Amino acid sequence: MHIGQQIAQYLLSGLSTGAIYALIGVGFAIIHNATGIINFAQGEFVMLGGMFTVFFLTVLNLPLLVSVILAIAAATIVGVAFERLAIRPMKNASPISLVIITIGGSILIRGIAMLVWGKDTHAIETFSGNEPIQLGEATILPQHLWIFAVTTVVIICSKLYFNYTISGKAMRACAYNSRAAGLVGIDVRRMVLFSFAISSAMGSMAGIIIAPLTMTSYDVGVMLGLKGFCAAIIGGMSSGLGTVFGGVILGILESLGAGIFSSGYKDAIAFIILLIILFIRPQGLFAKGDTERV
Amino acid sequence: MKKLIVLVASLITLLVAAAAIAAEPLRIGALFAVTGPASFLGEPEKNTLEMLVKEANAKGGVAGRKLELVVYDTQGDVTKSVQLANKLIKNDKVSVIVGPSTTGESMAVIPLAEKEKIPLVSCAAGIKITEPVKKWVFKTPANDHVAVEKILIHAARYKQKNLAIITVSDGFGSSGREQLKALASNKGFRVVADEVYGPKDTDMTAQLTKIKASKPDAIICWGTNPGPAIIARNVKQLGIKTPLYMSHGVASKKFIELAGSDAAEGILLPAGKLTVFDKLPKNDLQLKLLRSYDQAYKKNYGVEASTFGGYAYDAFILISNALKKGGTPAQIRDGIEQSKRVVSVSGIFTMSPTDHNGLDLSAFEMVRITRGDWELVK
Repeated sequence: MHIGQQIAQYLLSGLSTGAIYALIGVGFAIIHNATGIINFAQGEFVMLGGMFTVFFLTVLNLPLLVSVILAIAAATIVGVAFERLAIRPMKNASPISLVIITIGGSILIRGIAMLVWGKDTHAIETFSGNEPIQLGEATILPQHLWIFAVTTVVIICSKLYFNYTISGKAMRACAYNSRAAGLVGIDVRRMVLFSFAISSAMGSMAGIIIAPLTMTSYDVGVMLGLKGFCAAIIGGMSSGLGTVFGGVILGILESLGAGIFSSGYKDAIAFIILLIILFIRPQGLFAKGDTERV
Repeated sequence: MKKLIVLVASLITLLVAAAAIAAEPLRIGALFAVTGPASFLGEPEKNTLEMLVKEANAKGGVAGRKLELVVYDTQGDVTKSVQLANKLIKNDKVSVIVGPSTTGESMAVIPLAEKEKIPLVSCAAGIKITEPVKKWVFKTPANDHVAVEKILIHAARYKQKNLAIITVSDGFGSSGREQLKALASNKGFRVVADEVYGPKDTDMTAQLTKIKASKPDAIICWGTNPGPAIIARNVKQLGIKTPLYMSHGVASKKFIELAGSDAAEGILLPAGKLTVFDKLPKNDLQLKLLRSYDQAYKKNYGVEASTFGGYAYDAFILISNALKKGGTPAQIRDGIEQSKRVVSVSGIFTMSPTDHNGLDLSAFEMVRITRGDWELVK
């Protein structure tokens, strides 16, 4: 196996983990765009997606598709409840206190999940088999294709939603200036609720499609959430291609770092890149800087 | 008539006297990480010890004394375990302490046990706990290097010279990595790749690609679930045909379930005897005890007994054996140190002033995963 073959595999492995980070990152971006806050409970929705699916599949013995749909629905309900109970009652709270509330919320959700489902790791059957697919010199699994497909569809849908529908545009308006949006008749609070519903659905979807590969347990949300957050930061908190590139860059850097340098410094390499990006381009790699009109 | 009264009176005196002795129960303290990241260790340990103490008391106690168990949850936190150990010794006045569950906590509690002269029977695997030997400290899990040796003996038999190792970057993995590298070079193996992964990592294909390129004769993975299960799947994805060894850290059915019987097929690992007790030969000395532990645990808690709970079982057996020689902390310490061929869950313990673990290679059986089940290999 020469170095070219190795690099092909590193790139492909990076691409597949990157797609996961991207999908999680988009959830961060959507809430940030609608409310201006970072929802650190986003990783927990990823966990909830996987764990609800396991629950419906193994405890209630439902078929896979039904379990998946129910799991997304259940995670969305949790997301909506979280917004109603924890975010909305905080009138005029500064973004920083809302961010801290989301951290508290994530610890709470994780704790409840641990009590209800226990601390075991669970695996879900892959959607379409385990036979590796040979792509040139490298291999991936059919489940990776599912991840690519779902990520692509989600990105396209969110692009269409934010650019071409009334409620999508309204949500963007809230992000620019929620006061002005309120003045032109947009129900800001409903939009915030909406953004939580969408991003928790998206997070849970990510959690479901990766569960057959990465397994799931009550605490998978922490690291995945953090990586998704990095993807969103690199992508400049865009709910579209920016975050996708952010995720893929992070994934590829990790796998090249582990493969070519040292696997002990894999996370360090990725996070150093993140720090450098934050120093040089705090608005993200792809975003244009904010222009303030005076 | 007079004779009868004398008899009754003496009987009553005897009973009262016995009650007075029995009223002084022996206090056993326990420190387990029942919640928190190491709860997979602490929970079965606590369950096992509570079950055993209840059983022993129902039979009238050990050596005529009732037992009283005081369990504290350390949450896997070093500072908490030291505080709670202090509490056990100063407030609860225990005669012996079982636990803590992890190596870090045990190391932190050791100075206290030594100073207060209270025997400590740790349920953690780290070699540092009993090497060098500390007067008041014992441990029941076999040392990591015993498992490493078991693997290397097998590898040597199949002429696997070049080894690739992939270890998790936590305490368990780094201890395994040290032992693997030291023992491998001692025994004339070459380590051609030395890779690491994080405990929460979700994809190890990058490390395995690098390993594949180094052309090893065998791959040894050292970690606890779920990492090794992901590695087993990744190995299959990359089409690596090299024999794959796992550590005793994944010797449970859970690992096969997570990896899938497809990806787990053919994986070799050293397993504690509890995992494979139904496959052991009829004349195995531990067989009866292992079966009764598994049945009792299932009856009480509804799940299979685990190796980890077995560590607490060992501690209990060692302590109750020692109690037959006297119940002061010093007598218990001496009693444990004098344990000779004590049959328990993790193995057959033979302690000495220079060995406070007492287990050897026979604590593990080499097994291969075949069609989702264990198969003993020679």
